[in-house]
Amino acid sequence: MTRRSKLSGGTLYFIAVVAFLYLPILMLVIFSFNDSVMLIFPLKGFTLKWYQALLGATELLRAVRNSFFLGIAASAVATTLGTMAALGLMRFRFPGRGLFLAVAAMPMVIPYVVLGVALLILFSSLDIPRSLVTVGVGHVIVNIPYVMLIVAARLAGFPASLEEASQDLGATYWQTLFKVTLPICAPAILAAFLSSFTTSFDEFAVSFFLSGSEATLPIYLYSQLRFPLRLPIVVTLAAVVMVASIVLLSFSEWLRRRE
Amino acid sequence: MIPPALLLLFFFVLPMLVMGSFSFRAGSFGAERQIWTLDNYRDFLASTSFQRLLLKSILVALRTSLYCVVLAYPAAYYLVFRAGAKRSTLLTLILAPAWTSFLLRILSWKMILSSEGLLSSLLLSLGLIEEGRPILLYSMNAVIVALIYSWLPFVALPIFAALQRIDKSLLEAAADLGCPPWKAFLRVTLPLSLPGVAAGFFFIFIPTLGEWVTPALVGGVDGVMYGNIIQSQFVSALNWPMGSLMSLVMLLLMLIILGALSRFAYLLPLEEAK
Repeated sequence: MTRRSKLSGGTLYFIAVVAFLYLPILMLVIFSFNDSVMLIFPLKGFTLKWYQALLGATELLRAVRNSFFLGIAASAVATTLGTMAALGLMRFRFPGRGLFLAVAAMPMVIPYVVLGVALLILFSSLDIPRSLVTVGVGHVIVNIPYVMLIVAARLAGFPASLEEASQDLGATYWQTLFKVTLPICAPAILAAFLSSFTTSFDEFAVSFFLSGSEATLPIYLYSQLRFPLRLPIVVTLAAVVMVASIVLLSFSEWLRRRE
Repeated sequence: MIPPALLLLFFFVLPMLVMGSFSFRAGSFGAERQIWTLDNYRDFLASTSFQRLLLKSILVALRTSLYCVVLAYPAAYYLVFRAGAKRSTLLTLILAPAWTSFLLRILSWKMILSSEGLLSSLLLSLGLIEEGRPILLYSMNAVIVALIYSWLPFVALPIFAALQRIDKSLLEAAADLGCPPWKAFLRVTLPLSLPGVAAGFFFIFIPTLGEWVTPALVGGVDGVMYGNIIQSQFVSALNWPMGSLMSLVMLLLMLIILGALSRFAYLLPLEEAK
């Protein structure tokens, strides 16, 4: 049998797909070093001034900070509740289980604009002013189904007999939960947290309807897109955030696959 | 079990109910909010522009999902059957861009598609287009390109998972029995991977139908979708009751579609545990 040529059609296609996926990211990185306010070709020359300007952009950095802490808080809540939901679904039989599953998975399958306006109406009807907290509520709802699925997949991946053995040997339910179940699920829970964080950090379609005077990063970015002169700084930040997200995501994928 | 159930009840089920009740109100604020009416329903049913936009959005969502599946399938197939040990690294390579800033990737597409952008410069230098014509930006095609870009990794993932579940000995058996590879693909691989294809398709279809951010950024007038009209009812037109009704229509449409699909691939890990 002859050796398959190294660059088969499949490989070429795959390279083309990867190029398509990374082209826009590459564009942002290139323009973050380009010495011109205009984001057009041809390039004008190499500069680091946008990176310097980035450090002085206080509003932008404030939005980054807001998004960072909001992401941590919303992901912590979503991860805790989503893990509870996964444990309940996978290890218990209770009345209304099917209904609970359907409702908990539903935020994943309804358009974000619907979720956003529905929460806006709720908060408005209850006279709750819009703030980072209301945005956080939206993020928790968006993230719960994903956490639930990631953790449930892990729970399905090891036999419940491990937990039964623990209880047969005299451990209480809570001891078993904290010493057997949760440690086994820890990589999945961490991966779910990181995935929630990246979602929350980037969420715009729901946040747009729920944010008050304090902006999250995507909301700030959206407001800046109308001002062409500020775009190079935005693009530079994008380059930084994208590289950071890719690193974070790769780490979370690596954790999940290490099993 | 109680905390997540309460949270979902209060911040997910309740908002949907309140939104439903809002579709019967006469106005967005103040006294008008207290008046109950069926006018919104009458207006919606009478408005052919709303209905046409909904139909257009459904078609755009169908096209986007179809293109995504067609583009992602060979890539997923390559990963499972050709990539060997590098499979999981390459999968992460495909997935990573999807987790970076959505808005900024769309902004980047704006730079690529605009009249002075990468694509125009390229086509211009090749002599394929004339000077100074915005060929792609601010059109429905620009929206579809940007959406395909956003969703491609998400559709590749379920197809990858479905292909990976296929028992390779089935393909060996087919080969041993004299079945040519293309036939084995059509009769064995493709049918067995269809659940993943369907999962990917609907995973894209649903958010695309409700999309408003991408059309707002790259769509222009031609690229307006149903989601943009909902958004504008709440932000600029300030007609919350009509916006609620439009959201409700979209929500019901989704539930009907989902109800028609009795099994979703994304629920499989939970279903199998029963």
